[in-house]
Amino acid sequence: MTASKLQISETYQKWRKIKDQFTRYGVVAGGLGVIVAIVLIFFYLMYVVYPLFVSADAHALYQYELPEKSAGKSLYLATEEQNEVAARFTDQGKAVFFATATGKVRNIVSVVPSDAKITSFSVGTPSRGYIAYGLSNGGVIIARHKYQITYPDNKRFITPQIEFPQGEQALQIDPQGQAITHLAFRVGESGTTLVVRTLDNRVLLTNFFKEESLFSDDESFERVDVEIDVDSKDLEYILLDKEQRNLYLASRTGRLSMFNISDKESPRLIQHTELLHVGSKLTSLVFLTGELSLLAGDSTGLVSQWSAVRDMSNHISLQKLRAFKVSDYAITDIDGEQRRKGFIVVDAKGVVGVYHSTAERELLREKITSAQPELLAMSPRANVFLLQDKQGMIYIWGVENEHPEVSIKSIWQEVWYESYPKPDYIWQSSSSSNDFEPKYSLTPLVFGTLKAAFYAMMLAVPLAIMGAIYTAYFMTSSLRRVVKPSIEIMEALPTVILGFLAGLWLAPFVEENLMAVFSILCALPVAVLLFAYMWQYIPKNIRLRIGEGTEVLILVPVIILATYFAISISSPIENMMFGGSLISWFNNEWGIGYDQRNSLVVGIAMGFAVIPTVFSITEDAIFSVPKHLTVGSLALGATPWQTMTKVVLLTASPGIFSAVMIGLGRAVGETMIVLMATGNTPVMDLSIFQGMRTLSANIAVEMPEAEVDSTHYRVLFLAALVLFAFTFVFNTLAEIIRQRLREKYSSL
Amino acid sequence: MMREWFKTGAPWVWLNAAAVSLSLIMVFGLLALIAIRGLGHFWPADVASIRYVEKANEQPITLAGEIVDQQVLKPELAKAAGYTPEQAAAGLTQYLVKTGNRDISGLDFRWLLGKDIKKTDYPENLMVLERREWGNFYGYLDTIKENGKVVAQGEQAWTVLEERMVRTLDIFEQIKDIEKGEIGAINYQLERLRLKERKLELEGKLNTRAKQEIAAEKLEFEKKYQGLQANLADLNQEIRRDSLTATVASGRKVEIPLEKIVLYYQPNAMSFLQKIGHYGAKAWEFVSEEPREANTEGGVFPAIFGTIMMVMIMAVIVTPFGVIAAIYMREYAKQGILTRIIRIAVNNLAGVPSIVYGVFGLGFFVYILGGNIDSLFFPEALPAPTYGTPGMFWASLTLALLTLPVVIVSTEEGLSRVPKSIREGSLALGATKAETLWLTVLPMASPAMMTGLILAVARAAGEVAPLMLVGVVKLAPTLPLDGNFPFMHLDRKFMHLGFHIYDVGFQSPNVEAARPLVYATSLLLVMVIISLNLFAVNIRNHLREKYKALEN
Repeated sequence: MTASKLQISETYQKWRKIKDQFTRYGVVAGGLGVIVAIVLIFFYLMYVVYPLFVSADAHALYQYELPEKSAGKSLYLATEEQNEVAARFTDQGKAVFFATATGKVRNIVSVVPSDAKITSFSVGTPSRGYIAYGLSNGGVIIARHKYQITYPDNKRFITPQIEFPQGEQALQIDPQGQAITHLAFRVGESGTTLVVRTLDNRVLLTNFFKEESLFSDDESFERVDVEIDVDSKDLEYILLDKEQRNLYLASRTGRLSMFNISDKESPRLIQHTELLHVGSKLTSLVFLTGELSLLAGDSTGLVSQWSAVRDMSNHISLQKLRAFKVSDYAITDIDGEQRRKGFIVVDAKGVVGVYHSTAERELLREKITSAQPELLAMSPRANVFLLQDKQGMIYIWGVENEHPEVSIKSIWQEVWYESYPKPDYIWQSSSSSNDFEPKYSLTPLVFGTLKAAFYAMMLAVPLAIMGAIYTAYFMTSSLRRVVKPSIEIMEALPTVILGFLAGLWLAPFVEENLMAVFSILCALPVAVLLFAYMWQYIPKNIRLRIGEGTEVLILVPVIILATYFAISISSPIENMMFGGSLISWFNNEWGIGYDQRNSLVVGIAMGFAVIPTVFSITEDAIFSVPKHLTVGSLALGATPWQTMTKVVLLTASPGIFSAVMIGLGRAVGETMIVLMATGNTPVMDLSIFQGMRTLSANIAVEMPEAEVDSTHYRVLFLAALVLFAFTFVFNTLAEIIRQRLREKYSSL
Repeated sequence: MMREWFKTGAPWVWLNAAAVSLSLIMVFGLLALIAIRGLGHFWPADVASIRYVEKANEQPITLAGEIVDQQVLKPELAKAAGYTPEQAAAGLTQYLVKTGNRDISGLDFRWLLGKDIKKTDYPENLMVLERREWGNFYGYLDTIKENGKVVAQGEQAWTVLEERMVRTLDIFEQIKDIEKGEIGAINYQLERLRLKERKLELEGKLNTRAKQEIAAEKLEFEKKYQGLQANLADLNQEIRRDSLTATVASGRKVEIPLEKIVLYYQPNAMSFLQKIGHYGAKAWEFVSEEPREANTEGGVFPAIFGTIMMVMIMAVIVTPFGVIAAIYMREYAKQGILTRIIRIAVNNLAGVPSIVYGVFGLGFFVYILGGNIDSLFFPEALPAPTYGTPGMFWASLTLALLTLPVVIVSTEEGLSRVPKSIREGSLALGATKAETLWLTVLPMASPAMMTGLILAVARAAGEVAPLMLVGVVKLAPTLPLDGNFPFMHLDRKFMHLGFHIYDVGFQSPNVEAARPLVYATSLLLVMVIISLNLFAVNIRNHLREKYKALEN
């Protein structure tokens, strides 16, 4: 060998070595990468879900002296959408607009003429910006603060404005000209309603409604005036909802009267309620957004939520939905968020808390000022709040509070929603309006998932296990080679096809032939046993020629005939015993309603999808039971069936268990079948004739519409995480059992 | 006697056998159901002319249509509908008749009571027209008109119709080519120009020269567009020339422009061979044409195309990763507790619900990866997303993740079946580990990889739930592959056979009319998936035999 050749060979060897190393690192990196990707799924789901359970966070932004103190004491604070401009309305009838960041005054508008004397103030629905001043002469001025956005030089510029929807002149509410001490009003599309209390303790309701002329575009306002008959001596709070339907009058001691004023001409008293425990005083009473429920804060630091609830007999009453122990000191002010069912509270010691009513969560507690607080306001997007204290300071804090709507309790336990007669599990995720209270209870979905899986397993487990026993142990091996793959091939069948057949073919069939379904269920085992019994009496030579282990084929025509027979007798039976229709019989006799796409249909279709999974694994487990065990048993004189039950099944039972687990995992996660074969209504009902909505179907239905990173989106991810965890646990369990079993077999 | 029989255990064996029989009946019954309904869809059914008296002492009416279904009215329902108990008990047969002519009668289907049908016959000259809108038309051909003037009637009309339809369909194809092909391409180019302009603007390079260049190009395209538009107007004029008049069963006369007709035939006059020809043509239309009328008629070609393309991209992604992961776990990783855990985890992933992968794909691939790709590479198109929205690529990637365990498990099995002696022999001859792997082990395990890949493809082709979140739509205006640069548009949404079944079966406004099409689509999908699976099973069996020979 020459030197040069050796040289080449050496470089070649090096090159080989490099290639080897390169492959090694490449494969390790690739392999680990794939495994990391798999783990990533789990962590990504966690990452999306996690913010749901994070508490809110607040930080001080600015603080400054009250702007333009000379304009009077603040009665009300507000900011606009962008938190650039804030407003305070003063007891001199002025609106002071100032920059939120600096407190620099932008402009001051007089809402009330300087010659009038202001005696009361009220805010309409906060999101619409209405406010009103009550005057000493019985007049009321309604105004609205609005913010016009323009983009000069591509930069946002906000111009605050005041407009007067009912004119700049005061509306004369009290004809007797008494001072208005308390006031509530709402401006709506079709009219405006005001409720006032005058100095001489009368409660007056005035309603202006639009009268549109048929012939011209003119519209004129009609006016209705009514005096409400109520003991109003210590009346302190008047609240009117935005539908202008319910009126709440409350005293300092917490005595509340609720009126129905749908008919403005004759207000109707619905009920008197005590909001508080004896001894405490009502310190704040406001609406939660949507104005369906009231938040009452008292002198002992308790905030309770009350809502008008319709009970079974259609009787409306005010019910206490829940209470929050906010502080040991008196509540000074409460403000509701404008787009969610959350609210912000400040107590007498200057501690601010942010809460959410549905989720019953305390999201934040922070001491803002050591002085006595006076006014509190949450911004429209609930990302900033303003607090004014007695010393004339304004504190502005930013809040990060993305997902207050969800808590462990609101997801898994019963929640008393607004206007519902009692606490309940409800999934109802979205609606077009901000007033809607989202209902994110996963319980009905988990219930539906388990229900669907249960009915599927009811069908699949017996059929698959019995089939596997026979195929693995009794069937001739030539037949087994055909039968096993034919059943297993069903596992590959797209579930969308099963779902389609279940929804459009099976569901109408079952509805029309419910009786037949039940009679098939009864007739099949009977027919098979009958046939088997008679089989003994068939001459032995015929029996032997057909051979053992091919019972399956002989039974096919038997089953088909029995099914046909069962269907043909079902109609007479139905006529004779159930008055012609089993469905209406169930409904009349037992009160069981029938839904066309129900659990029975899902059970059959999904059972069908699960059979191959369970069958295949069970069959493997039974078939791989060591032969010497069975042979030994048979040699000792046991019948094949005894060997089966006492030896084979016992040995293979862990394998069968894991088959059932894996089948269950599949049934729980199946989407298309339940999506297509049920009505997808999230009800909690065990009846086999009712549908359900499962976690997976729910994700498929709602995910495309969920706004990215919204609470709804994250709750759907939570549903996916629950599914993931559920199937992962079941599958791991099954896998471990299977590995153990394999070791056991090999040691046998 | 009976007790002894039970003691032998024979009844239990029989019951177990019955479970197998029942499973088999269900399996094959299901396949038969899909096959019969799916295949029957293309057969030209005879059209009946039915004289029908709805209520006694009323004028009989005449209907024409295909009898699609029949059933015996349940006695209870019959009673509720006002029939005497005797009548009800005797069993009232109802027939479901597809009467078509939705534009005239408003209904596609009618239930008729058997006892009210006075006469049914099958006139040879009864004609079926498949139209581009309003579904089928059933009636008798009267005349052919050209620009409103009658040119043929009576016996001749049919032959003239045949001639003129050839011409009309030809023009229709031309119009479609211009509209979809050339004008589509121009629109695409114009959109690219707009994006180019916007990109230059964002980069601050939009000077007057660039502006002029773009304007000039734009002008050119617009000129071309004008030319095509004029051409189109001519063709549209041409195609509207002919029309036919026909009488429907009730005696009403209608005029139908030929441009609205897709297919015309007289089923009752067709011979068996003609029917077979018709059947073949319809079946071909089904797999090669685009859907019409909100997917309830026409073909499923875009869905087939979308499914195949998605599955192919998925296969390209999943194979290398799956194989590398399997090689790592079997050949390189230490066989300790960690590998065991990983193996369990991979096995289990096969059992994780597919919808969970869909959720992951939507959140991670589409919104996070796609959103970042958009802001990095396609800022000119924002706020309209390019990759930050569900599409072909994300769907393929999601399904690749979903089928990864299938490939890993199958490849691992293949690797474990390669006898140790072969590896040792190779190493003993001085080969490095990489060479051993590449030259001896992998070729021997390649059929196993193939099996895994085929199983993955079969699983992916049938999966629908995750796709609903990451890219499937009911109707995609364009295919993800076309003649416009860069030819592959992986950001586009696509149609899919499985989703087509769900959508047409459950979301379509006219489920009854669409049902046969859904059965046909199901049949197609089932056939594809079962043949893929059988193929995989065959390869696997073949492989086992081979190794048995090696081991001995």
